[in-house]
Amino acid sequence: MTGTGPVIQMDGVNRHFADGPAALRDVSLTVEAGEAVAILGPSGSGKSTLLNMVAGLDRPDSGTVTVAGVRVDRLDETGAARYRRTRIGMVFQFFNLLDDLTVLDNVVLPAEMTGVARGEARRRANGLLDTLGITKHARVYPGRLSGGERQRVAVARALMNRPPLLLADEPTGALDSASGEEVRALLRELHADGQTIVVVTHDESLAESCATRTVRIVDGRIASDVRHNVPSAVAR
Amino acid sequence: MSALGTVMRAGVRRRRVQTAVTGLAAMMAVTASVLGGSLLVASNAPFDHAFAQQNGAQLVVQFDSAKASADRVGATAHVAGVTATAGPFPTASVNPSGVVGMELPAGLSVPPMELVGRADAGGPVDDVSLTAGHWASGPGQLVVSADWTGPQLSVGQKVEVPAASGGTAELDVVGIARSVSATGDGWVAPDEIPALAAATSREGGSTGLQMLYRFTAASTAAQLAADRAAVAAGLPSGAVSGSRDWLDVKNSNTSSTGIFIPFLTAFGLLGVLMSVLIVGNVVAGAVGSGTRRIGVLKALGFTPGQVVRAYVGQALIPAVVGTLLGAGLGNLAAGQVLGATEQVYGTTSLTVAPSVDVAVMAGTLLMVSVTACLTALRAGRLRTVDALTVGRTPQPGRGRRAARIARALPLPRPVTMGLAQPFSRPARSMAMVIAILFGAVSVTFAYGLGTSLQRIQDAKKSNADVTVLSVAPPLPGSTGAGAAKPGSVDTTAMTAAIEAQSGTRAWFGAAQSQVTAGGTTVAVNATAFFGDASWSGRQLVSGSWFTRPGEAVVSTPFLTATGTKVGETVVLNDHGKAIPVRISGEVFVASSGAAMSVLTDARTLAAAEPDLRPQVFSIALTSGTDPIRYTDALNAALRPTGAVAQVGDGGGASQMVILLDALTGVLTLMLVVVAGLGVLNSVVLDTRERVRDLGVVKALGMTPRQTLAMVIASVSVVGVVGGVVGVPIGVVLQRIVVPAMGQSAGLRLPGEVLDVYHALPLTLLALGGLVIAVLSALLPAGWAARTRTAVALRTE
Repeated sequence: MTGTGPVIQMDGVNRHFADGPAALRDVSLTVEAGEAVAILGPSGSGKSTLLNMVAGLDRPDSGTVTVAGVRVDRLDETGAARYRRTRIGMVFQFFNLLDDLTVLDNVVLPAEMTGVARGEARRRANGLLDTLGITKHARVYPGRLSGGERQRVAVARALMNRPPLLLADEPTGALDSASGEEVRALLRELHADGQTIVVVTHDESLAESCATRTVRIVDGRIASDVRHNVPSAVAR
Repeated sequence: MSALGTVMRAGVRRRRVQTAVTGLAAMMAVTASVLGGSLLVASNAPFDHAFAQQNGAQLVVQFDSAKASADRVGATAHVAGVTATAGPFPTASVNPSGVVGMELPAGLSVPPMELVGRADAGGPVDDVSLTAGHWASGPGQLVVSADWTGPQLSVGQKVEVPAASGGTAELDVVGIARSVSATGDGWVAPDEIPALAAATSREGGSTGLQMLYRFTAASTAAQLAADRAAVAAGLPSGAVSGSRDWLDVKNSNTSSTGIFIPFLTAFGLLGVLMSVLIVGNVVAGAVGSGTRRIGVLKALGFTPGQVVRAYVGQALIPAVVGTLLGAGLGNLAAGQVLGATEQVYGTTSLTVAPSVDVAVMAGTLLMVSVTACLTALRAGRLRTVDALTVGRTPQPGRGRRAARIARALPLPRPVTMGLAQPFSRPARSMAMVIAILFGAVSVTFAYGLGTSLQRIQDAKKSNADVTVLSVAPPLPGSTGAGAAKPGSVDTTAMTAAIEAQSGTRAWFGAAQSQVTAGGTTVAVNATAFFGDASWSGRQLVSGSWFTRPGEAVVSTPFLTATGTKVGETVVLNDHGKAIPVRISGEVFVASSGAAMSVLTDARTLAAAEPDLRPQVFSIALTSGTDPIRYTDALNAALRPTGAVAQVGDGGGASQMVILLDALTGVLTLMLVVVAGLGVLNSVVLDTRERVRDLGVVKALGMTPRQTLAMVIASVSVVGVVGGVVGVPIGVVLQRIVVPAMGQSAGLRLPGEVLDVYHALPLTLLALGGLVIAVLSALLPAGWAARTRTAVALRTE
């Protein structure tokens, strides 16, 4: 997927939780198609809240969030669910695979919920597993896989519906260094293929290796926003 | 506060839904058990208990006041063997002419009342229980027996009786009371009797004195006969005008109430059993779901003993609150149910025995403690590292085959995911199945019982479209005693009018008589039919309807008492004439008063009773005839004979069946609610434990409606299984309890009464399990659908 305009458009977003300081303060952010953006910041800075806004998991108190042409802040629960199915793919720190489904069934699930025919969904899933190098685990349950392999399954599941935007929340946070490197390489490959990616992390090396743009958040505000033509680690 | 107390309080506060469900389950279980236990206690020899409670009269003797003075009758208290007496009470048999403001159906009149003059309800014998109002203390006041066969009266109504001066006087109903010894139809102040007696004598009624006795030996008929003889010995001949012993009263009570004891016992047992199951299920689930938290506590240094104490306390806090509320609710509900049971059993003062309250409350709390203790002990013994990892999701590997099969079904994915869910937690699913199964058993049993009772009631009615009573109703202003006597009207003219009436398809007449049967001295009710009565709708247990004079169908108690069988010949003794009769069939007679019955062609009895005339005519109409117009026209034609035609067979719904229907409804509803709570608890636990998975699928795009569908689908399987297994058990229970009910009353029930389940109701009943499951799951399913995805994903 190549750049054809902004995928994410956040304007003046504020989010306040009842028992703490503002999680996001007047945040405005635009992400163009094809970008790989790393959102960096310490714990409690508001980066996960920002990701939740983009994913339609949370709504701002004020401001607008538009993703791939959809006003996410206006969606009700059903609308948000449909939006998540078609416009974004999500990868979590702890994989969030369903333990009682096989790898293939986990990957196929988003397509099935969208109503894609079973045969077509399987073909697509097998293609993804092949691309990600985990075809041999298709019939295996997630409990038997290493952390890196599980995260690959999670990525395959996130890409199943060919979303314009891939969101990743600390995708290497629960992995050892070797598995972490596998995931970094995978994200780089996906970006090289044109996938728009937003990664939330406090791992500088992940940001350096995968992102073409680094946004730093401190106390709910964007403290810095730096663009690179290629991931800085790759440039070095 | 100690660390243990903090953990306990936090556990109760933070798991509010589970705490509420535990409390609610304990409350419903205690309510159901108090109700069930009370029914079990009330169903244990109800007559004997009520008789003992009221110091029932072992012998009620009626004296002719013209032959023995009150002093002489009172002196019988000193006869050898007498341990207690009450009376003598003056009595009068009156014929009420009506009840002010009450329109009786055509053909019906107010039956006579045996009134007793008593200054108060209490006494050493026959301690009469007031169920409403107060005792008669002044002139014109009347306390009516709850068992009087006349129209149902309530406090405030007025009964019209003949006045001493001629015309009518009014007695105000000031109370309703019940005497287990059946000592009267009503009670008035003693000073009221002379005036009533004067009017009664003018009308041809009787007056006298009543004396009630208890003896040192009165447990057998022979002992009672000796006691009666001893009482009569010192009095002039003929002074004793009648007597009734307590064994007669008991037999009469048992034949009419014994039929209901197995029914109420079955419901009582179901209530208690189900309560035990649900409380165990809820507490085990609640404690079991805290395994990971137990792991955390152990990691912090809690000993297994401390863990057990914390979790037992955590379960006991809501259970104690629920138990106390349930006991209050149970006693409240039992008051209503036992009130109805009193009517059914003809007893009084049924209350929740304190022992039931104590046993149920102690039993529930013990059950909660033991279940919590065992479950926490199991969790407490797990290695800390294992406890930390289990309890969140099902053990991997379980239910995979089911998941594969479900996946292959041509259904939306959320539905197939839900369908596979129960197989990943087989123990919890089994508990849910059992809860639903109990609900399905209850509903099926209640349906069968209600239908059987209805059919027993229907068996009392004939198939007649129109009924003609040859006894004319009393004219306004006249007394019941002045009405025409049965059979005294011109039945030939009536027959002619019926046959001539356009729309008559078939008719038969029936007359009642009394005979004795060979081998017994017991009176047998003989019903003699004029014309073909085979279409009357009488249900046969075996054999066939009689087809010629000299044949008869008889009731089960008749066969038992005479030791005969269908096909054999029995000799009836009618007015001194021996009449051999071949028994062609066994007929089901539902009314207890007609237990010993023989039904035959009138020509069978003609030799002994040549003047026997029909008292009632039953008429079937040709198709398309309007019964109301037909009845109006026939009444016009019958006017010269004084007979009255009425639509239908004249019988209304039995008070007993209405009561039992109400009892069945209340008890079934209660059992279904308890079953629903069991399911609700299981689904709440399951949903809470799967909250992270819910978050994942919602993050992947599952809509709230799809989430709802998934949770509903997950209970559908257990609902269907519970229903499909529960329905046959309910049917079997009905096939055991209903015949047992008949047996208690000495009856064999015909197939029509027992075979009440057909394909459609069975299918609907089986689906009832699904309905219970789905309704119970709606709340947690809605909660799952509403759960915010971000929150669900963060939940551990």
